[in-house]
Amino acid sequence: MDDTAIKIENLTFFYPSEEEGQAPEDVLSGVDLTVEKGSFTAILGHNGSGKSTLARHLNALLLPKGGSVTVFGMDTRDEELTLEIRRRVGMVFQNPDNQIVSNVVEEDVAFAPENLGIPTPEIRTRVDEALKTVGMYEFRTHAPHLLSGGQKQRIAIAGVLAMRPKCVVFDEPTAMLDPQGRRDVMRIIGRMKKELGTTVILITHHMEEAAMADRVVVMSDGQIAMDGAPGEVFTRVEELEALGLTVPDTVKLMWELRQKGVDVPLDTLDVEECAKALAEHFKKK
Amino acid sequence: MLKDVTLGQYFPGDTVVHRLDPRTKILMVILYIAALFNAKSWISYGVVLVFLAAAIAVSRIRLKAMLKGLKPVVFIVVLTSLLNLLYGRGEIIAQWWIFHITREGIKAAILMGARLVMLVMGTFMLTYTTSPIMLTYGLELLLNPLKKLKVPVHELAMMMSMALRLIPTLIEETDKIMSAQKARGAEFDTGNLIEKAKAMLPILVPLFLSSFRRADELATAMEARCYHGGEGRTRLNVLKMAARDHITLGVGLALLAGVIALAKLGL
Repeated sequence: MDDTAIKIENLTFFYPSEEEGQAPEDVLSGVDLTVEKGSFTAILGHNGSGKSTLARHLNALLLPKGGSVTVFGMDTRDEELTLEIRRRVGMVFQNPDNQIVSNVVEEDVAFAPENLGIPTPEIRTRVDEALKTVGMYEFRTHAPHLLSGGQKQRIAIAGVLAMRPKCVVFDEPTAMLDPQGRRDVMRIIGRMKKELGTTVILITHHMEEAAMADRVVVMSDGQIAMDGAPGEVFTRVEELEALGLTVPDTVKLMWELRQKGVDVPLDTLDVEECAKALAEHFKKK
Repeated sequence: MLKDVTLGQYFPGDTVVHRLDPRTKILMVILYIAALFNAKSWISYGVVLVFLAAAIAVSRIRLKAMLKGLKPVVFIVVLTSLLNLLYGRGEIIAQWWIFHITREGIKAAILMGARLVMLVMGTFMLTYTTSPIMLTYGLELLLNPLKKLKVPVHELAMMMSMALRLIPTLIEETDKIMSAQKARGAEFDTGNLIEKAKAMLPILVPLFLSSFRRADELATAMEARCYHGGEGRTRLNVLKMAARDHITLGVGLALLAGVIALAKLGL
């Protein structure tokens, strides 16, 4: 059994240039990335780093101009396989308002299975199951536009889950949400990985969210600048700041303490861990 | 102010009328309108009115909602009735300047007004008791035979349901843009008609731009969820004509036949 979910080899992409005769600028230049089945990868990068463009290659919304993208053994350039790829790799976008297609919650969740031609009784099972997973089952007959941003985003996630995808790409899913909505969405993402075994790829610029992943990939200028476990990547404070990214506050605090000659560990990603490390340090003294 | 826009407003409910197949309801409205336009006499109007009253009663739509829906057509109803009243032919009852009121004129005025009011109320019964989604789905199924003539029925239905889906979002957005412009000193409620129209421009331009962006994003999201046209699509809620649909359609046909028969008998 092959453990590779996604294999990207030397991927190059550019949008056609707007003016005649002008050479188009590469948005992605030579990206190599392999994602394992069941893993949780966060892709970080500032605006224009190419992270969303990269995401759109994972379900054949964009096709490589150079190199190749292979998803569960299928080449995205093969048009015959486009639907098979999209049913395996779901995608949740930033703005919940622009991805909900129906005036009734359950009809919206049913949209993807309907497109796939799944028999009616099976659609019902999938819709109910997906809505229960995101905790929105009670709202199944409501109108989406009357729900909060976080609730709408949960509906959008349910709409993707109803395809029963093996992998879900989240393209800045919390960027437009309030803190409560953000927490709810992140909790669901964590559960999908743990309970459903879904391969998760999270595009974000929130360090705290990226810290939840098993692996962090940092993009810059269409290339992969850093790649490693969150604890490892976040300790490279100067490099991250040079790329226009801010490190988690806890790491920043520890890093500054270390600059002052205090011997504390750098890889404390959440507040509790950080507090514990500090307490221990002062005990030693 | 924009929250009041009622485009094809729907009052959710669980009555027989609500549960009827949307196709039945669309066909019933057509039969009802045909009957209404064939009605010539007090008796036939009475028959159609009884039918309408029964439908309203069964659907438990409050009369208040019905009357509220009539507001936009009041002007047309009054104008039509007045014209019929003042320019009728026949036995003159009263006369003043160029106007003369006749017995036939009075009858025509009342029946014309009634016809318009009943027409609007009847069609409201359709949109009040049928969700927009069911309505488009019903239309799609009814128009399906036209696919043989290469009419893009599925695409049209999808466009209609997308438009319905985006109306609340766009209304919300308009409100937001208006607030933003007001916060910067724009005035929408003062001045004459031309000034008011000019003031709308700073709202329409951003609204248009964002609509295009929205449409683009929505299309991408639909593609990501495997949308590839109507071919091989299934449905979560499948429509099935039940006994009550056949009975209702029977009643509708009887209504039309009855009204035509009454007209033929000269009643």
